[in-house]
Amino acid sequence: MLRIVAGRLPQIAVTLALLSLAAYLAIGAMPGDPISLALMADPRLGPADVARMRALHGLDQPLLARWWAWATGVLRGEFGYSRLFARPAAEVLWPALRGSLVLLGTALALAAALGVAAGMLAALRPRWRGAVDAVALLSQALPAFWLGILLIILFAVTLGWLPAGGAPEGEGLAEALRFLVLPVATLAIAHLAAYARHTAASMAEVLQAPWITAARARGNPESRIALRHALPNAAVPLLSLLALDAGSLVSGALITETVFARPGMGKLLTDAVMGNDHNLALLALLLVAATTLLATLAADLAQRALDPRLA
Amino acid sequence: MTRLRLGLALLALLAAGALAAPAVAAWLGVDPELPDLLALQAAPSAAHPLGTDELGRDILVRLLLGARVSLAVGLAAALASTAIGLAAGLLAAWRGGWVDAALMRLADGLLALPSLPLLVLLAAMDPAAIGLPRGGAAADVLRIVLILALFGWVGVARLARAAALSVLARDHVRAARALGVSEARLLRRHVAPALAAPLTVAGSLAVAGAILAESTLSFLGLGIQPPAASWGNMLANAQTLVFSAPLAALWPGLAIALAVAGAMLVADGLREAQR
Repeated sequence: MLRIVAGRLPQIAVTLALLSLAAYLAIGAMPGDPISLALMADPRLGPADVARMRALHGLDQPLLARWWAWATGVLRGEFGYSRLFARPAAEVLWPALRGSLVLLGTALALAAALGVAAGMLAALRPRWRGAVDAVALLSQALPAFWLGILLIILFAVTLGWLPAGGAPEGEGLAEALRFLVLPVATLAIAHLAAYARHTAASMAEVLQAPWITAARARGNPESRIALRHALPNAAVPLLSLLALDAGSLVSGALITETVFARPGMGKLLTDAVMGNDHNLALLALLLVAATTLLATLAADLAQRALDPRLA
Repeated sequence: MTRLRLGLALLALLAAGALAAPAVAAWLGVDPELPDLLALQAAPSAAHPLGTDELGRDILVRLLLGARVSLAVGLAAALASTAIGLAAGLLAAWRGGWVDAALMRLADGLLALPSLPLLVLLAAMDPAAIGLPRGGAAADVLRIVLILALFGWVGVARLARAAALSVLARDHVRAARALGVSEARLLRRHVAPALAAPLTVAGSLAVAGAILAESTLSFLGLGIQPPAASWGNMLANAQTLVFSAPLAALWPGLAIALAVAGAMLVADGLREAQR
């Protein structure tokens, strides 16, 4: 196990370095650098000022040199300042990250629980298979932004039970929960399908295994066979699905955050990229990529630990 | 089989609608891109079967025109992703070694990135900077297809690689090699047919993904630019009017859901048929 970790960590580091380079170059290719944006804001600036400001901010250097300066800074733990918010990038990132963790954490936990339950239902009760398949298909086909709009029309406009979006105005858990219901529902419905489909397929496969027949022959009740014998084995492939979703825990949900006007990583990441905010965008992108890669590694290790045949 | 038929029927219905768009527009006597200030947000009537949007444009005709964009983007992006993915996966499995490692690490890297913010970043880039035409609906479609293919090939490549590896390890391939069959013929005659089944499934899933991604980008204002109609940009306008005209938000979303569900049903049906 230690050998796998020692082998994979350098690969992850190289992948991250190359990703940051690619992202740096891509953001550099966006129209308008920080100085031209400053020029638009203040017409009194002349060509001499522009040249001085470019030199001051290092923008006269080639992109590669700028990336190198940024990368060595990151290795020293200096993530730089956010251009949009004029504050340290790490400081800007934190509230958005917290918002996304709460939103996505709740939604993914709900999606995984409901999805696994629906998948088990489909595998154990063939009568329900068609219904579960239909729900899974629907939840994958509905675009998240439309689902969000529909939920707003129903629960905020027509019934007036829940707020249409925004951040809670008052204090208290109940108020925060009221604002969380609709976005969590939107995300949970969108993510549920993958869990349901994978659980159904892998449960159906496991139930054919000889040890299930053996467990039945020993007189185990069906409920015990399903929960204690089949589910733990069927859950092994689900770990890699969870690992892929771990990245979205950090990357946020741009669409849901936009529709419900909630602060979060998806919105921050997009704003940073569109606003030419190198430091903030790269920090957020690297955080997401590192989380996904490390979660994949963790899922690999967990799968090996759970299933000795893989080791 | 029923799923395959249902999916194909849905897609055929949308394709028929897309082809009929100009005829319907002529028959109703409306210009889908011209604002009509005397009929803003009109209720459904004989002249406008689904009513009009916030600029008085006919919603039905714009929906049908949106089907053209969605189907074109979906099919073209899926074809491009499948072609690139097939080439990359086949190359990785056949050459092995550092080619395999480099391609698969590249795929890992692309999978580890948050796809939506990156799509947004690429969609916001100046198309002229990378030598693409600027302006017009056709240029927008081309740009979106290229961006989607840039990410879409990863899943296909992994599938193609896995399938190719399992074929290449089989005895009949080793026997063919021993008989002196050339590598090109080996790939064409023995490996490619084995890839056809998984790739058709992956390809139809890619159609669904591309339709959804295009509508998302257009919804965010980065895809097909108005006045050209796309389901995504119709929804973006409808969202701002959700309180006064909730019905206008219903149709484009329903159209997206039908198109995506159609492509997914085709994928499901193909997978079932191959079992």
